[in-house]
Amino acid sequence: MIISVASGKGGTGKTLVATSLALSLKHSHGVVLLDCDVEEPNDHVFLQPEITGSKAVSILVPKIGEDKCTYCGRCAEVCTYHAIAVLGNNVMTFPQLCHGCGACSYLCPEKAISEESRETGVVEWGHSDGVGFIHGKLTVGEAMAPPVIRKVKEYASNDGTVIIDVPPGTSCPVVEAIKGSDFCLLVTEPTPFGLNDLCLAVETVRELNIPCGVVLNRAGVGDAGVQEYCRKQKIPILLTIPLDTEIARLYSRGIPLVEGLPEWGESFRQLLKRVTELVDERNRDTEW
Amino acid sequence: MKEIVILSGKGGTGKTTIVGSFAALAQSKVLADCDVDAADLHLLLSPSERQKSEFWSGQVAYIDRDRCTECGLCQELCRFDAIKDFMVDPVSCEGCGFCSHVCPVEAITMKENMSGYWFISDTKYGPLVHARLGIAQENSGKLVAAVRQQAKQIAESEGEDLIISDGPPGIGCPVISSLSGASLALLVTEPTLSGMHDLERVLGVCRHFGVPVLVCINKCDLNEGNTQQIESQCLSQGVEIAGRVPFDNIVSQSIVQGIPVVEYSNGTVTQEIERMWHTISARLRNSSKE
Ligand code: SF4
Ligand code: SF4
Ligand code: SF4
Ligand code: SF4
Repeated sequence: MIISVASGKGGTGKTLVATSLALSLKHSHGVVLLDCDVEEPNDHVFLQPEITGSKAVSILVPKIGEDKCTYCGRCAEVCTYHAIAVLGNNVMTFPQLCHGCGACSYLCPEKAISEESRETGVVEWGHSDGVGFIHGKLTVGEAMAPPVIRKVKEYASNDGTVIIDVPPGTSCPVVEAIKGSDFCLLVTEPTPFGLNDLCLAVETVRELNIPCGVVLNRAGVGDAGVQEYCRKQKIPILLTIPLDTEIARLYSRGIPLVEGLPEWGESFRQLLKRVTELVDERNRDTEW
Repeated sequence: MKEIVILSGKGGTGKTTIVGSFAALAQSKVLADCDVDAADLHLLLSPSERQKSEFWSGQVAYIDRDRCTECGLCQELCRFDAIKDFMVDPVSCEGCGFCSHVCPVEAITMKENMSGYWFISDTKYGPLVHARLGIAQENSGKLVAAVRQQAKQIAESEGEDLIISDGPPGIGCPVISSLSGASLALLVTEPTLSGMHDLERVLGVCRHFGVPVLVCINKCDLNEGNTQQIESQCLSQGVEIAGRVPFDNIVSQSIVQGIPVVEYSNGTVTQEIERMWHTISARLRNSSKE
């Protein structure tokens, strides 16, 4: 089963939930945590995994063979992203803008374009205390997270429980990370900001047709807006974590909640149980 | 004209709270919410909408099933696995147009994609440009660029000389788009190990694009040891700490009320934010970069 952990905005406790859920299951078989927040990966801070392997993520960008090129301009014309310009007897490429779609090399009438890889990030894997761990890191200064996210997900095997830490927001990197999940946990806090971002996150998972439930973090601050919204939208609140200085302190020191306060382990295992039930129910409904 | 962008690397460090407060403190300015994915600033500023515009950007492939001979070439060539069973999955399609160029029977057309809205609104603190990216859309970077462009135009036509923008989280495409050419970036961090890790990366991006930075440590009393470590790291890299704001529940209360915290309370949080704004405006006045 694949469970993704998302939130409309960051900093609501997504990392806390993803890491603690993974660690609470460490005695069951085949638990893997994927950190797909490749712009700012954090799970490793909490898990301190032993990294056993890594691989560069690269996209294929064009390399112009000037000897064959007739400066016909076709490549520049087909490139939607303006990553190639042909000016007189000169072809310029802008690798930072290239999405690696392959159109230019395929369509060049002279077969003058070959492709070379350009590194945009790295995927690393290993394990921590019985939990499999994979994360991706976008190289600083690079713009495109989705290719790195795709690679992280490729390295995960599908048996057992896969937990995905999703980047914040609602745009392409989020969709890339959530796609293919059986369930999505939305972590939020009970303030108007939290509610606003939750609504956006709910729209996103509904667009992808993935069932979801809410984890309410820092309960005790703010107002009741989130609870009211969940009731109206029939979204279950599956776990509530109170605003608590001890929890905040553990977090600040990079200690996972279930390690610092082991009594939370059971709550997270219950959370998984509820999620499993909801996924089974839904599968039964769709089979009907 | 000066432009300051407030970034945080990770979300939830209190970036929007700080921006909302600057909105109340700064004299003549235009506000821009560049967090187009999950815009929150409007919740603090009670804007009234002046103008709403559609944002068209990028394209999505569309296959005309009547023409398609099911030769399979497009599926084979699409590098984003966006075509299955001779149908395009609009969520996966990158809009590169490759398929439309290769289809032997010209069954594929590229359709323009409406990927969101941007707004110009009036607030009690001045004009606000904000946006709403459609769900599951790409091109957040371009929408950020559009928001900044509008903010600049308004500032010019209304004679304001400062733009304050609330930046997006992360270090990728929308952040780069919000940062390029800005006069100053304020990085809001918190003294948690993950916050510190994110700060390092967002500092790297600012350096990469040559934008001067100041750092704000929010919730600085959450972990004194970490706060000291951030301070010494910044010191060793020649980065100035513009402010240290303690944790206080009053911030959440002000958010519930929908009021910038500096207008909601006179406590330490407010004093520290005011002091920080002083430091920043001095820096902006002295920066020669236009
Ligand atoms: S399409 Fe090929 S031949 Fe034409 S300008 Fe580009 S590289 Fe040169
Ligand atoms: S691979 Fe695609 S995006 Fe890159 S330069 Fe060629 S046509 Fe443009
Ligand atoms: S436009 Fe590009 S990404 Fe979209 S379906 Fe065609 S080849 Fe694939
Ligand atoms: S290339 Fe054209 S004809 Fe062939 S499968 Fe694709 S849409 Fe159909």
